[in-house]
Amino acid sequence: MGHLVDIVLLGLLMITGFAIARMRSLLALAMLTSIYSLLSASLFVVLDAVDVALTEAAIGAGISTVLMMAAVALTNDEEKTPWHAPLLPSIVVFATGAALVYGTLDMPHYGDPSAPVHQHVAPTYLQDTPGVIGVPNVVTSVLASYRGYDTLGEVTVIFTAGVGVLALLGYRLRRCNIQVPGIRKLVVLRVIAKLFFPLILLFALYVLFHGDYGPGGGFQAGVIFATGFILYALAFGLGNAQRLIPRAFLRIMMATGVLIYAAVGIESMLLGGKFLEYRVLADDPVTGQHLGIMLIEVGVGITVASVVLLIYYGFVSRHCQAPEDM
Amino acid sequence: MSELLGHFNYWIVIVLMMTGFYIVIARPNLIKKIIGLFIFQTSVFILFISMAKIEGGTAPIIEEGISVYSNPLPHVLILTAIVVSLATTALGLALVVRIREAYGTMNEDDIHVQDEEG
Repeated sequence: MGHLVDIVLLGLLMITGFAIARMRSLLALAMLTSIYSLLSASLFVVLDAVDVALTEAAIGAGISTVLMMAAVALTNDEEKTPWHAPLLPSIVVFATGAALVYGTLDMPHYGDPSAPVHQHVAPTYLQDTPGVIGVPNVVTSVLASYRGYDTLGEVTVIFTAGVGVLALLGYRLRRCNIQVPGIRKLVVLRVIAKLFFPLILLFALYVLFHGDYGPGGGFQAGVIFATGFILYALAFGLGNAQRLIPRAFLRIMMATGVLIYAAVGIESMLLGGKFLEYRVLADDPVTGQHLGIMLIEVGVGITVASVVLLIYYGFVSRHCQAPEDM
Repeated sequence: MSELLGHFNYWIVIVLMMTGFYIVIARPNLIKKIIGLFIFQTSVFILFISMAKIEGGTAPIIEEGISVYSNPLPHVLILTAIVVSLATTALGLALVVRIREAYGTMNEDDIHVQDEEG
């Protein structure tokens, strides 16, 4: 049964992929990309990667699509026919594909428990997590504790991307209250947006604080939190959203999240442990792990939410910005 | 048959990866190229997650009475990779928006012509 669902989902992904390659309207492309992401998120659920599925659904199907549509709205071009014939690219693609297929022939079969990838550190993580870290979700324990350095790097990457987009799309922008034309007449949308806004924020907090026990964590929570404000900005205008949560505040919060993360590391050094060794944070090592994981997840969530919102503000306020102002 | 089923996921991943690759090298529109890159990235995610799956296993959330879990390590790697893909997509789109403002086009061929006319 699992195999059947797997095959159907992969088939749908392939169809969507080909449709994306053929489609010319950029708006339709953005929508198809969203479908592609949602399909891969469903596939991740079938493959037992629930945390990854939640992330892909929130980021791939949600935020990436919003950003692509914002970019398409700024550029509104139809795709033109390329000048050169697609013969050479086709040959390159088929040759590379054939080499890769040849490479997979030596790979262990799908679902094989004796594959080398399952023999290395993964059994240790699965065995030790309940006793040493004390959280049931092994993905969270590996992400936040065993491989905490990596995750700190990851948060820094997000922070850097935020800085990069701010540098490209303008750091100082005039206040502008851009709104979708005619949206004031759409009462249903505005009422639903008002009702859903607090629920989305509440759900984000649930995903953040329940990440130890179920799928979720700082990355997903941050994105979901930002989606709440994006919905608000869509329904009530960018100016109102910026009054609710101003740019200057987000710029500070974006750095604060990274600093909270690093501070937890330094705090554990001051208490006599190593960098990001949470067990020294409390008298009981397991309580210390809990505390450390919670604090860094909050840091991650704050940075991700601020960066995503700032990027969204950047793209949308480009609409009321004359290029010569730059 | 088992050979086919055993490698089915990987082969579809390669088809998706090559679709993305083709879009990146053959299509002149810059937004389309970024979408191609996105498809390429997602296919790599599927490759890693397929490798993490263990037959008969379940999601790696420890619960009594369950003994077989899928491998959590690729999940962690891909979770963070998805977040990085958001960063690269956003930065790429921002660059495209600026290029379009500077050249008035997003078509790679037209940009080359403008550059040569200088």
